[in-house]
Amino acid sequence: MKSEAQKKERTMKLSLPTEELMSSGNLACQGCGATLAMRYVLKALGQKTALCIPACCWSVIDGPFPYSTLDVPIFHCAFETAASSAAGLKAGLEMVGDTETTVVAWAGDGGTFDIGIQALSGAAERNDDILYICYDNEAYMNTGIQRSSATPYGAWTTTTPVKHFKNRPKKDIDAIMAAHRIPYQATASIGYPEDLYKKTKKAKEIKGTRFMHIYAPCPSGWKSRPEDTIKLARMAVQNCVFPLYEVEFGEKYTLNIKPREKKPIDDYLKLQGRFHHLTEEHIKMIQEEVDRNWGRLLRRVDAC
Amino acid sequence: MKKVIMGNHALSWGAQLGRAQVIAAYPITPQTQVVELLSEMCASGALDAKFIKVESEHSAMAACIAASLAGARTFTATSAQGLTLMHELLHWASGGRMPVVMGNINRAMAPGWSIWADQNDSLSQRDTGWIQFYCSSNQEVLDMVIQAFKVSEALLIPSMVVLDAFAISHTYEVVDIPDQDKVDSYLPPFNPPVRLTPSDPHAFGGLTSPEHYFELRYKLQKDMEKVPALVEETGREYEKLFGRYLGQVENYRCDDADLIFVSSGTAGYTARVAVDELREAGIKAGNLRIKLFRPFPFEKVRQILIKAKKVAVVDRNISYGHGGIFYQEVKSALYGYDHNLPVFGFITGLGGRDVTPGTFKEIAQHALAKEKAEEDIIWVGVKR
Amino acid sequence: MKQKKKAEKIIFESEKDVPLMPISLGPMLWNRTGAWRNIRPEINLTECIQCGICWKFCPDVAIAIENEFPVIDYDYCKGCGICAEECPTKCIAMVEERK
Repeated sequence: MKSEAQKKERTMKLSLPTEELMSSGNLACQGCGATLAMRYVLKALGQKTALCIPACCWSVIDGPFPYSTLDVPIFHCAFETAASSAAGLKAGLEMVGDTETTVVAWAGDGGTFDIGIQALSGAAERNDDILYICYDNEAYMNTGIQRSSATPYGAWTTTTPVKHFKNRPKKDIDAIMAAHRIPYQATASIGYPEDLYKKTKKAKEIKGTRFMHIYAPCPSGWKSRPEDTIKLARMAVQNCVFPLYEVEFGEKYTLNIKPREKKPIDDYLKLQGRFHHLTEEHIKMIQEEVDRNWGRLLRRVDAC
Repeated sequence: MKKVIMGNHALSWGAQLGRAQVIAAYPITPQTQVVELLSEMCASGALDAKFIKVESEHSAMAACIAASLAGARTFTATSAQGLTLMHELLHWASGGRMPVVMGNINRAMAPGWSIWADQNDSLSQRDTGWIQFYCSSNQEVLDMVIQAFKVSEALLIPSMVVLDAFAISHTYEVVDIPDQDKVDSYLPPFNPPVRLTPSDPHAFGGLTSPEHYFELRYKLQKDMEKVPALVEETGREYEKLFGRYLGQVENYRCDDADLIFVSSGTAGYTARVAVDELREAGIKAGNLRIKLFRPFPFEKVRQILIKAKKVAVVDRNISYGHGGIFYQEVKSALYGYDHNLPVFGFITGLGGRDVTPGTFKEIAQHALAKEKAEEDIIWVGVKR
Repeated sequence: MKQKKKAEKIIFESEKDVPLMPISLGPMLWNRTGAWRNIRPEINLTECIQCGICWKFCPDVAIAIENEFPVIDYDYCKGCGICAEECPTKCIAMVEERK
């Protein structure tokens, strides 16, 4: 069967480099979006990379002592210290003569939007030479699906049960980072790996604080099917729940993917058990919120 | 070179002479002059270091830890609320074996807001796995920072150099500032056995199961036990080069003393004045000043105290529900050796209340009048 | 793209073998996550158009490209089904694992 297929004699044109700095055997759940985010980012950054990983899914995914699933050095740091650890690591490496290594703070949404925001804001204000990457799965997934300030309106989590689902919108971390006037920031999605790869490459070449916000669906926490991970990520871009854009110095907005036809959010919500309790009225409210955010973003892009 | 400098600047000079490479610090009264002078030193090029002006003490320690992991010599300084904000990361530094050196200005904990001296801030960090040195003069502060780098880096255990608010931090004294060449010969560059680098990638501090965690802590304690001998050795080496010996304790007229005070910090110098005056009055007093609190120098303390008739431990701190913290340590040092030696525990000087030679004389009077300690805490100076 | 590194577990016989700090000394390849799988992807290579999408979206680095075709490493494939879902020609079937 295989030999017959080989007769086609086509060459594969892969859209990403084949080098892998992440290995199999990791402890991620089936269909984990955060794992793909790491895989793509390391493809872009290469071997000369050092990661500071605070408490988050990735502190488990990487594997226990004395193992690691990554072929780059990691400092498993305290929950609220991704940015401050990365700033210290960068300074330390430079003082021992290593000026090339890209130092990455790699944190989840809880470690970024909530407990780590002070250190992140401090590093961004100082413009410390670090690449801060937040993989966003929209709740404290590692501890068992508790709400974070990145959890969207309407979502069920173990601390926002369906009778008291989250009734506040997701914190706009990208606007907060833009207010710091850092040289580069971008949103990215595992549903668009080439775009993610390109932006990571771009971020690598810039000096100062760079911020990337990567959308990473979580089947375990979203109560979605593992095989839908990529589909959900793609849908969130197509329905403008999670648009892909870049901001330079807090002012220059560039939209990377503009959906030809902006899809309604219904299908996206239906694929996730965490939204199953929502009524038509709630969904309408969420749709309006998405539309408002999208409109605001377009105005910012148009203003540039 | 002799200079008249404040105690806080003695910390900065220690860090400069020790060639700290990464400094991350946040201002807090009464520590601010430490970071101000270090900023000047970095700006002028006198000190080749990266100074990260962080937004909190928590981030200061986080940055120092990560820089240390990269193989850089790191220094920070703080006090009281700042130190306790760092608490989580103090465990991180020792558990990860990052030999950060930190100056801590002893300041009482709020509430109510206090900027004045007592030891509850640093002593409440007792079990974080840090070496703790207590200083009594500006000279000792400078010397101790340099020695702390050497001890910490040899054993990969972080050190805290502790000094009293105002009585040292803001007090000007003549300090002999050693030559850089000689300091360099005493303190070689930091060269850890493993460091974080992409050329030899390891993950540091990952999830550690019950299968391994216990051994890691066993090894930390085993290395902690090496500190007293190393402090002796590095102290003698320092003495050879600079003429000043640091050591674990200071024995002031204890050898023939009937009553020995146990004290620390600036009170440890005040005690010497009281000892001299008491001796003039015919009371054979002595003072044992503790310079190394963690690990506690049990053997040294025991050797000196065992010859006394009475021991009066003077604590400028309190462990609520128990008593003076040095008092606990001294009692446990003597346990099993001399059950008849009366050990009295005095608490005084909390929140910056003055501790004077008169305080020590009051303490001596009490101890001399009683056969044994009748209570766990003898309060000195409380308005009652 | 073969998993080059050793897939062995590291055993410390005594505290003397344990490093001072918890640092990684080897990869996670000993952990054969294929055992987690309930359903397995099977590629019908005659229908495969060699687009590489299954390789690209595998969160477990369990699809290699060999001789210009995707090959699933069943030692590590967790059976998430992303490859089958994303395959544009639907030539990957998710098949129940035989007990």
